[in-house]
Amino acid sequence: MIAGTGLSKRLGDRRVLRDLDVALPDGGFLLVTGPNGSGKTTLLRVLAGLSAPDRGTLELPPRQTIGFLGHEPLVYRELTPLENLTLFGRLYRIPERGERIGMLLERFGLWEVRHQRVSTFSRGMQQRLGLCRALLHEPALLLLDEPFNALDADGAALLEGILAEPRTTVVATHEPERVERFATVRLACS
Amino acid sequence: MTYLLDVAALTRKDLLLELRAKETLPSMLLFVIAALTIFHFALPHGTADAAALGLLWSAIVFTALLGLTRAFVAEREQGLFDALVLAPCDRSAIWLAKSLAVLAFLVCAELVALPAFGAFFAGVDGRTVVAVALADLGIASVGTLFGAMAVAGRARELLLPLLFLPMAIPIVVGGVGGYLWFLVLYDAIFALLAWATFEYVVAEV
Repeated sequence: MIAGTGLSKRLGDRRVLRDLDVALPDGGFLLVTGPNGSGKTTLLRVLAGLSAPDRGTLELPPRQTIGFLGHEPLVYRELTPLENLTLFGRLYRIPERGERIGMLLERFGLWEVRHQRVSTFSRGMQQRLGLCRALLHEPALLLLDEPFNALDADGAALLEGILAEPRTTVVATHEPERVERFATVRLACS
Repeated sequence: MTYLLDVAALTRKDLLLELRAKETLPSMLLFVIAALTIFHFALPHGTADAAALGLLWSAIVFTALLGLTRAFVAEREQGLFDALVLAPCDRSAIWLAKSLAVLAFLVCAELVALPAFGAFFAGVDGRTVVAVALADLGIASVGTLFGAMAVAGRARELLLPLLFLPMAIPIVVGGVGGYLWFLVLYDAIFALLAWATFEYVVAEV
């Protein structure tokens, strides 16, 4: 599913990734750990195809099969959850998207607020919506950067349920204890 | 057909965002009216129509610049380019939709600016209205491309005017001179270039 060899990436004068090898088979779970500034986010952006490595070779699945949640929930704050998911559902060509959107909003506890603007939401609710957006097209590869940020206990339990599902997953976190049990491959950034 | 539906969905999103936030269009309206009012009092009485027409074009270009600086605010502040770029839609659909939204805001501003210009200076003839409409197409297509490029830069507030204003010079030349075919040619060439190159602009925003 993911095969990267000799990946290097510079951001300005700083070399963030240096000759990194990454391999993750279908259905695997890659846990990326490390302190702030160690390159976890850069690695996830490279694996999402959002940022090209300066050196090295990388094989990724097609972009329409990738679900990505970064530090931001990546939803429009002046739109409602329903409007956001309908827009992305359209762009991802999801058939019968109304049903899928309804199911996700129910699952993440956002159905009751589906007509409210995201700007009125707490950061935790925005994170839940970000997860809905990332899962909307049933991605084969799910990339999550610090996904537990701002989630309350219920939200964290929901996310753990998502992570337990059979899917190729990459999670970058500085709280590895939450997802350690799912990991099949580990990568420590420093 | 799928491409047009993507464009329609993205344009609707941009118009909805403006309808809710009410940030770009009111600023453009206020700016263009203020600029025309200043020109009205700054110019001596009896100033030639041609000179006044030049000021109309200046007001239009700078009003457009104001709108363009806000065009990608949501995408920039909330990192939404990542989500849009990951979607399997053609990336040029993002440019086309944003251009259409910018065009809509420009037309709205001009619906106020042209009658105001008529009240302050002289009435606007049909040829000027057509020239303004053609100029809008060029401004929206080129400006949206540069707006996306500026998002990637560190000095983005500086970058957009530096990129856009030199490219607006031919529009002003064509508009003031009433060279409609020149404006049509400009629109066709630069809209095509912007459409074809947008994919590379957003490749790593």
